[in-house]
Amino acid sequence: MSSTLVELEAVATVPRTPASGAQKPRRKRLAWGRITPYLLILPAILFELLVHVIPMVVGVWMSFIQLTQFYITNWLSAPFVGFDNFKIALDFTNPLGAQLAQSFGLTLVFTILTVGFSWLFGMAASIVLQRKFRGRGLLRTLFLIPYAIPAYAGIITWKFILQRDTGLLNELLVNNLHVVNDAPFWLIGDNAFWSLVIVSVWQQWPFAFLMTMAGMQGIPEELYEAAAIDGASVWQQMRHITLGMMRPINSVLLLLLFLWTFREFNTPFVLFGARPADSANLLVVNIYQSSFIQWNFGLGAAMSVLLMLFLIIVAALWALWNRKVQRDA
Amino acid sequence: MHEPRSFKIFRWIVLVPLIVFTAVPLYVMLTASLKPLQDVQGPWEWWPSQFTIQPFIDIWSTVPLGKYFVNSLVVSTVATIFSVIIAIFASYAISRYRFRGRGAFSGVVLSTQMFPGILFLLPLFIIFVNIDRALGIQFLYQTQAGLIVTYLTFTLPFSIWMLASYMDGIPRDLDEAARVDGTTAMGALFRVVLPSARPGIIAVAVYSFMTAWGEILFASQMTNNETRTLSIGLQAYSTEINVYWNQVMAASLVVSVPIVVGFLILQRYLVAGLTAGAVK
Repeated sequence: MSSTLVELEAVATVPRTPASGAQKPRRKRLAWGRITPYLLILPAILFELLVHVIPMVVGVWMSFIQLTQFYITNWLSAPFVGFDNFKIALDFTNPLGAQLAQSFGLTLVFTILTVGFSWLFGMAASIVLQRKFRGRGLLRTLFLIPYAIPAYAGIITWKFILQRDTGLLNELLVNNLHVVNDAPFWLIGDNAFWSLVIVSVWQQWPFAFLMTMAGMQGIPEELYEAAAIDGASVWQQMRHITLGMMRPINSVLLLLLFLWTFREFNTPFVLFGARPADSANLLVVNIYQSSFIQWNFGLGAAMSVLLMLFLIIVAALWALWNRKVQRDA
Repeated sequence: MHEPRSFKIFRWIVLVPLIVFTAVPLYVMLTASLKPLQDVQGPWEWWPSQFTIQPFIDIWSTVPLGKYFVNSLVVSTVATIFSVIIAIFASYAISRYRFRGRGAFSGVVLSTQMFPGILFLLPLFIIFVNIDRALGIQFLYQTQAGLIVTYLTFTLPFSIWMLASYMDGIPRDLDEAARVDGTTAMGALFRVVLPSARPGIIAVAVYSFMTAWGEILFASQMTNNETRTLSIGLQAYSTEINVYWNQVMAASLVVSVPIVVGFLILQRYLVAGLTAGAVK
């Protein structure tokens, strides 16, 4: 792909123009000076080629061939089928395409809910923990723990909580609070979607908290003091100073959370296994199923390429919007 | 600073639900790991009617947890070391030199960090299977070496990006002064920049290690019985007939405690590194 060419060119090209003011006897050393950055990034380029560039090229190629189980150990002999895999993925009248469309919509709603709540919780916690009070340090530590716990350990614990007969949630809803009479299932059926959102928010909001907390530490205390002298209440300070000053961090944070959540795999995989309920069939799980359960790598690769294109579009729109906001400000 | 009563009330309205939401699963993990099997298989009880530390003993024999532990340790450590070393040189170049292709290189690094792992998993799977078949030995597919390579797909771009941002924050005058005094570029890197970048390096290492330790997607396809990591191994406590919930919780606790403690000790570095990267 073009990025490969750019990188190769970067290695091969040594700038020709001599640096101004260079003296003759020092020229040899200066030439070294120009090669140095390329030598420094050489290992990175080699590994980038190995783990990103080549796999990406292969991945795009895979999406154009009929790479089913018969060809996995000899993928070069798999028949070229052009855009057929994409046609299957995007034909919403056939079951696979319909499932993909449903899965895409589901992932979008899931992502918006998870990012929204994670950001809201993180921001709220950072705001109320911005000023010193007793127990602040302890609470900060507590809130960061879900972020540090390995994903599977946290998710498995939730799986235990969400068990129908032995789980804490149903014990609470049925026996303690008497909200429902018949214990609902949380890991199969329509509720699986909400389990997914709750568990993802539990894991993600500490990251939002970490980022917003760090961002708020960078807001100069004088701003608040000046506002207080001008008679602004705590609430007005929160709205005008904190939210205003946090805009750049929030903007990056929301993008990162969106990109990460949209490709979420861990939560559905650990909660429900490789075949989740329809209500929790996220996009990456869908790709995983096509590839490693149906052994149709061509289709899986086509879906991955579509997912990548979508994420690129989101990131590009974000960059455009961000530039506009900065220009307007 | 003056704090009105309404703000104090607001503070606890926000904090109490968040404390409950965060702490209850941790409480569940801890107490369930101390219950005998028949108790975790019955209705949930807030306070264990019987305490036992047996699950913490049994976890090591029910599944080969020790082996998974070592596998995770090896894979995460090696992937972290690799990406930190490669990132140190690359980020020094990006931060201190203006050269042709710099923008393209940074762009590729930054963008790959945003792509989903599955994008790389499928091709790497096919490439590894085919390389092994061509060589006639198991070299990459389902080996630790192969898993380490796949882990570089997420540890490497993050390390380069974050460390370059961090180095940008270190005043250039420092290493320029060293250069004027006669050291080489490498001398300036090792004697001046690296010592100042230590918090950034720690942050990168912590983040890489944590992400690798918790990785599930690659581990689910790129490992076998011998090379399985904790993330997949922990699922072995569930069999067709029985789920050893007390052991699952005990094992979850055992694999979490070292990483949580390490994180809490080093978290201020991570915060500094993350914000340095984010604000750029």
